[in-house]
Parts: sequence; C-alpha cells; structure tokens
Amino acid sequence: MKKIILAAAAAAALAAPAALSTSLWAAEHIEIPKEEWSFNGVLGKFDKQQLQRGFQVYKDVCSACHGLQYIAFRHFEALGYSEEQVKALAAQYEVDDGPDENGDMFKRKAKASDYLPKPFPNDATARLANGGALPPDLSLMTKAREGGPDYVYHLLLGYEEPPAGVELMEGLSYNKYFAGHQIAMTKQLQDGLVTFADGAPNDAAHIAKDVTAFLHWAAEPNLEARHSTGLRVTLYALLFAVLAYFTKRRIWAKLGDH
Amino acid sequence: MSTEKSAWRKAYEWHEARLPIVTWLDHSLGTKYPVPRNLNYWWNFGSLAMFMLAVMIFSGIILAMNYTPHVTMAFDSVERIMRDVNYGWLIRYMHANGASFFFIVVYIHIFRGMYYGSYKSPREVLWWLGILIYLAMMAAGFLGYVLPWGQMSFWGATVITSLFSAVPGVGDAIVTLLWGGFSVDNPTLNRFYSLHYLLPFVIVGLVFLHIWALHVPGANNPLGIDAAPADKIPFYPYYVAKDVFGLGVFIVIYFIVVFWAPNLLGDPANYEKANPMVTPPHIVPEWYYLAFYAILRSIPDKLTGVVAMFGAILILFALPWLDTSRVRSANFRPVFRVFFWIFVANAAMLTWCGAQLPEGPPLILGRIGTFWYFFHFFVLLPVLGWVETPKPLPASISQSVMKPAE
Repeated sequence: MKKIILAAAAAAALAAPAALSTSLWAAEHIEIPKEEWSFNGVLGKFDKQQLQRGFQVYKDVCSACHGLQYIAFRHFEALGYSEEQVKALAAQYEVDDGPDENGDMFKRKAKASDYLPKPFPNDATARLANGGALPPDLSLMTKAREGGPDYVYHLLLGYEEPPAGVELMEGLSYNKYFAGHQIAMTKQLQDGLVTFADGAPNDAAHIAKDVTAFLHWAAEPNLEARHSTGLRVTLYALLFAVLAYFTKRRIWAKLGDH
Repeated sequence: MSTEKSAWRKAYEWHEARLPIVTWLDHSLGTKYPVPRNLNYWWNFGSLAMFMLAVMIFSGIILAMNYTPHVTMAFDSVERIMRDVNYGWLIRYMHANGASFFFIVVYIHIFRGMYYGSYKSPREVLWWLGILIYLAMMAAGFLGYVLPWGQMSFWGATVITSLFSAVPGVGDAIVTLLWGGFSVDNPTLNRFYSLHYLLPFVIVGLVFLHIWALHVPGANNPLGIDAAPADKIPFYPYYVAKDVFGLGVFIVIYFIVVFWAPNLLGDPANYEKANPMVTPPHIVPEWYYLAFYAILRSIPDKLTGVVAMFGAILILFALPWLDTSRVRSANFRPVFRVFFWIFVANAAMLTWCGAQLPEGPPLILGRIGTFWYFFHFFVLLPVLGWVETPKPLPASISQSVMKPAE
C-alpha cells in the first residue's frame, strides 16, 4: 500500500509540471487535433518513403523562402538515398567558396558535406522579398512550437475565409491555427501541387503530412536511435530495479521484523 | 587457513595507517553508521539527490567539451551536440531533464523534512546546509538555462537579472555587474557559463557538510523520537540495499522521460535562437521556479515583490524557531498534519499560477497563495505549537513496531 502511495506521488510530481505546459488561462486556446505519425510510440520510426516525398515538397515549394540551416546533403542518406544519389543531389546546387589563390570568392557545385544553401543571402533581403516578414528557418520548427508536428501539419492546411467582422491586415492571410490568426505566409499547398516519384496520393492533406514528417526528421534526426536505445536502457533499468527489490528483501529478512 | 597476512592485506593496512579513508567511508556510509531501523521510502530521496548531482556533473562535463559560450555560436553548438556529436542528444537530454528530476527529488526531500520535523533541534545546522544547497541549485539551474541561448534563455535572463534593479541605490550597478555591460550580451553569457561550471562543485562541498552535519545527531525517523542504539541498524547493507532499489525505480521513470518525452518539461520557444529584437509573448521561468515567480508577481510593488520572492526561501532558515512544537513527526500532530498538506497543495497552486499571465483568476489565486505561504510560517506554525495537543509519543521505536509508522 505504501508503495502504491509512493508511486502515485511520484506520478503526480511528474504530471504536475506537464500540466503547466498546457494553455494559458487568459489567452485564446486553439485546440490542435492529434495526428497519427509513424514516429510516435515506444518504437516509432520514420517512414523513409514519406521522408523522401516530404523532402521533395520542401525542395519544390518551401525552400523558395525557408532555409534548413542545420541540414547538410550528407544527412539525406538517412532518408534512404545512396551515397551516389546524395552526391548527385548536391551537385544540383551551387555554393559560395573561396577565396581562391587570386583572393576571389567563387561559386562551385555543392558537395555532400555542404549544408543546404540559404534561400536569401541575409535577413534584409528575405524581408524585402516577403513584404516585410521574415520566413523562419525550418530546421527546428516542429520542436519550436506548442503542439509540435501536429501544429505544423494543421497550420499548413488551416487557411480559411476570415470570420465575419475580422479585418485582415494588408498582405496577411487568415489561418485557424496560427496565434492571432493573421499569418504572412499565403496558402501554399494545393491538391496536386507536386507529383510524387513513388505515385503516392498528392492531395493537400497528404502533401502537408509528408512535408511535416520530413521537417520532424530535420528537427530530431536521432529519434529512431533514441527510441531503440531507450527501450534497451529502460528494460535494463527495470530488470535492475526488480533484482534490487529482491536483494533488498533478502537482506532485510535478516532483521526478522520486516 | 594461513595466519600470514596476504600482501594485499598488508598494503591495505599500511595505507590505512597513513590515510584511513576506508575506515572513514565505513563510518560515513558503511557498517559503522547506525541508522534508525524504521525509515520509510521518503528517506530515499537524499541519496537520489546525490545520484542526480553526479549525473549532472558527469553529463555537464561532457557537454562543456562540445559547447561554445559565445552569442553567435552557443545555439549552433548545442544543435551540433544534438546532431553530430556521438550520443550528444542523449547527454544533452539527460542534462536538461536531469535538472528537472534533480528538483523533483529535492522538493520531495524538503517536504519530507517538513513533514517529519527533521529541521528541529538538534538538526538546525543540517537544515540550513540543505537550504544553502537548494539556493545554489536554483542559481545553477537559472545560469544553465541561459547557456543554450534560445529565446527563453535570453529573455528569462533579462527578466530575472533586471529584478536586482529594484535594490535601492545600488540596484542598477548590480545589474550592470551581472550583465558585464548594459544589456544581456556576450559578457553575460561568458560569466554565466563560468559560474554554471563553478556552482556544482560548491554544491558538492555543501553536500559534504550536509552529510557531516547529518552524522552528528544521526538521521531523524518517521516517529520523530530519538532512536535508542538498539533501534538502529547499520547503513550498509540495509539502507544501501534499500537506496539501490529506490534508485532502480527512479531511473526507470527518469529514462522514460529522457527517451520518450525529452522536451515535455522544456519551453518550445527555447528552440528558437535568442533574438534581442523580438520579445516572446509569454516569458516564463522553468517549472521549478514558478511558485516563487508567482509570489513575485502577486505583489504590485517591484521591490516588495522581490523581497517577498527571496524572503519566501530565506524564511526557511528560521523554520526551526517558527515551529514552536517540540514534537517532530506530523504523525503525532493531527492539526499540523492537515496544514502541512494544505501547504503542499498551496505550493502546487502557486506553481500553476506562476505559469499563467498575471491577470484575472490566476492573479487572485496567486495573491491568496502568497498570503497563505507566509501565513503558514509566521502565524500557523508558531500558534499551532502552543494550542495543538499532540498524540502520545511511543517510548521507543521498538515499542511501536507492533503498529508500524506510516
């Protein structure tokens, strides 16, 4: 009985801080529906085909404005591409290098070790091209917003007509899931916007799902190792706890009264 | 068996005659340290706190090998740890969540001391050292949270350091000294990193003194009465075995969070690089400071708020004298026992208030909670000692064995 109370207390102690991260009392609460993801669950994994499709969406659509500064071409081997494919992919891009022996900067084809080129040379150019708004880097986006991948997915699909009485500011769009509902990014994803190499469905919802999964890989590339290592470590700790329990019982049995 | 001593034995005795470190350890945490036989599982949290301190120092030293304390590189170096350093993600998640688990363990340890009157004579100095450890932990936790140089790092540092400007006369000078300049910037990050590396070793020293002070009177127990020698058992093997079992259960819970919910206790805003030009809509400290943050914001006047916030911790130093009851354990104090749990619930409510915007119902609840917090210490505890009739205490621990203490 005592142990049950102890376990309940420990659970409460753990649950208390978790409850804190829920919405604020005063602020408007936007409910974000939960989605099914292949990477959820105890042994959740990325779906490599999905990541490849998501990368295609990023490359064809998002990368026009959004960078992915922590991702290098070599990382794409985790998506199931071979070393040769990664080199060929990198060769499609040009990056700045230099100075050469004449002191000049020059352009060259990207190598696998290069990081993805940024869409704009600096923030000022980015703002100039986007009506004053700065398109954020997406490397950590699924971890940098409350709701994570569920939020990103629903944001991409959350464009709708503003409710009656809502005056949109110049150049902004109404989005159901965006804080304050007025977002500088216009609706991007349409049915059939990209045609996937593997022939997967390409309606807006599937495109959003695939690109969000890809972005979650970009934010948390070690997720699979975390899950599989975690299972082994935790089972080992559990076994350790059970053995320690019986050891403790045996030692305390010597006292006679416990 | 030969009566000749082995070479190992001789070497051991030679060394022990010059530095009796094994004898010392045996007296500290071994067979020569007698402990009351009736300790319950709430007494496990002291050793768990020591374990977490070791985890934090171990993981922290490895992180320091890969971290760059510079405003333009700190955030990127943390991401490099997460992506490119072998098992860097594991070390960082262990460290970030380790801070939370260290605080969970220490809060339970403190509440246990409050429930069983472990601060009362003759353990006042032991209690003081515990508060000093807690203060050092709060400082270390705050400094460490700034190092990743995310949005909440930067703005949390700005808000908390600015509190010192409320000090009359020298406030602005103190803030300039903390910042190393006129805003939170690279010098701030550098001194915070230096101090964040220093404080854990200060804590180690304080833990050493804390355990020393524990050994002078010996451990308290759930009955709160002095334990007769016959009612004590050696720390090794009995409590070592019990602590190891508790550790096993604890690390299972810790690993579940580290491996499956590593960002549960963190703020998403800290995955955005610090930007002095953009204030996040809602600046909140880490969960373990929220109760004190709520006290700060309950009081409209800045200086009074700051005094109340620090006073809420410093008042613990006076606890052995504010509590006028001679009976240690709440098990024999029916009225105090109720107010103890109200105090715990109030602390939880203040923690919730601290995470909310200071307006409407959370602000009102925060003010009620703040009032109750100080009312508990300044009025309830002194008065209860005089008016409460405690239950009769057992003559000894063995006398109460028929009816085990809770």
